[in-house]
Amino acid sequence: MDDVLVVRDLQMRYGEADVLKGVSFRARRGEVLALLGPNGAGKTTTIEILEGFRIRSAGEVSVLGVDPAHGGEAWRARTGVVLQSWRDHAKWQVRELLAQQGRYYAPYSTVGITRPWDVDDLLESVGLTRHARKRVSDLSGGQRRRLDVAIGIVGRPELLFLDEPTTGFDPEARREFHDLVRGLADREEVTILLTTHDLDEAERLADRILILTGGTIIADGSADELARTLPGQSEVRWTRDGQPFTRSPENATAFVRELFQEYGEAIEDLEVRRASLEDTYMALVHQAERRTPRGLAAVTA
Amino acid sequence: MNPTVVALRAGLSRGWIELRQSLTTQSDLFGLAFRIGAVLVVVIWTRGTHLPGMDFSLGTSTLVSVLGLNLVMYGVVTMGDLLVVEREDGTLLRAKATPNGMLGYLVGKVVSTAGQVLLALVITLFIGAFLFTGLTIGHPGSWLTLIWVLVLGLLATLPAGAVLGSLFPSQRSAGPWWLLLLGGLSAISGIFYPITHMPVFLQYIGQVFPMYWLGLGMRSALLPNSLVVVEIGHSWRHLATFGVLATWSVVGLVLAPVVLRRMARRESGSTVATRREKVLRGT
Repeated sequence: MDDVLVVRDLQMRYGEADVLKGVSFRARRGEVLALLGPNGAGKTTTIEILEGFRIRSAGEVSVLGVDPAHGGEAWRARTGVVLQSWRDHAKWQVRELLAQQGRYYAPYSTVGITRPWDVDDLLESVGLTRHARKRVSDLSGGQRRRLDVAIGIVGRPELLFLDEPTTGFDPEARREFHDLVRGLADREEVTILLTTHDLDEAERLADRILILTGGTIIADGSADELARTLPGQSEVRWTRDGQPFTRSPENATAFVRELFQEYGEAIEDLEVRRASLEDTYMALVHQAERRTPRGLAAVTA
Repeated sequence: MNPTVVALRAGLSRGWIELRQSLTTQSDLFGLAFRIGAVLVVVIWTRGTHLPGMDFSLGTSTLVSVLGLNLVMYGVVTMGDLLVVEREDGTLLRAKATPNGMLGYLVGKVVSTAGQVLLALVITLFIGAFLFTGLTIGHPGSWLTLIWVLVLGLLATLPAGAVLGSLFPSQRSAGPWWLLLLGGLSAISGIFYPITHMPVFLQYIGQVFPMYWLGLGMRSALLPNSLVVVEIGHSWRHLATFGVLATWSVVGLVLAPVVLRRMARRESGSTVATRREKVLRGT
């Protein structure tokens, strides 16, 4: 069994309020999962339960084969956590802090995984080599965030939690960060669960996207699969005899085939644009909000 | 290697690094200089005054008593305040997300705080030795007493600081309480004037807390024996000092892990984020 994450009918209740009403999903080894959803949908609660920082009300959860509510230090050593708002260790030097954090993982090396990550290699791969001797308080927002990520992965985790990792990144830093995360998943087989509000980021990074709203998962699949669950979302544009046309057919491929059969070489400037993840996301969330709260059927691709 | 041993060692190095940092951070150095300077000013002010009925400078006696006050200030207040601050900024949560990180964190805190206590003590004594006469720093016995009082003092104050720190929701709400604690205790603990000249009921209250006994222990170590006559029962009461400080240590060491574990259990990313927003909004 290669499932790193198994969540079955997870429920969370604060007093009278049901925050999570039966969330279920799985993640395989090396898979990148993006958890999307409006604010207050329960993303952070879900991630905190999986991190072992919050005790669930009901349901089954297995993280790396262990119930996170009872995960010990050895289990902790196999996970990495990057939370939203770190501003700790301001007086520490970058390299010093990374080395200190790494030390705790050394006893948890296995045959396959040498822990921790070599500090200088790690600094190199997050692009902080030049800032190794800087104080943490002197880093820019993006550099600080990259340090947070470095600390999150210094123990060579098998499972990494990233909570809105690229908030405050400039486009170049974001690109580098995406390469780093993809590399971790592809080369090191790290399983990654990330939350983000950046839908391009989710599309670029994630193998699978989960949309959480109103305390349940309303969609689970790749960006393509999600787009296909909603017909009439792609757009076809072309010109014929100098005149522009735009249509949103149910099946774009079939539509274009017919278009050529009918008009042949008269068709010019053809463009087929698949629904962006943003379009799909908006449509799915609105659809879910229109239904009665109890009647949310999961759209499973 | 054993993970606990690894975490202990990491904690020692953590404490050492943090101590070094505070010695190279301007604001921290300024704070240290201010604390020592304030003490010296008060002491020099009272240099001309004599202990009641004695031909001995009240200033010298106060200087020594203040070393006891310092232990409480650093041990309880600095430790407690750091816990409050570092809970707010996410340091504690980071430790929680690290295998055996809480152990390393606490060891580090103990080392860096104890280091600051010692440093303040040595500097104050060093300057004091030049400014005042009558300190018995030439006797090996003085140092022996000083060391055991110091060790017990740290054991009595650091865990107490951790327990108190975990009770406060934020740094802002903690501030006034620390001031009240330090001000109130130093007034009734015979730090600035012999406790025997206080109303009897205040003497009883003062003797419940470690500050009085730390001051007494310091005086017994560093002042001439003849000054014992201004103390309660005309005695340095070493046995009682040991007993009271040891009791505080045991209670603190039993309570601190329980309270800290409870506090750590409540920490998560969203609690840290919520507190941060509160600070930013200024409510």
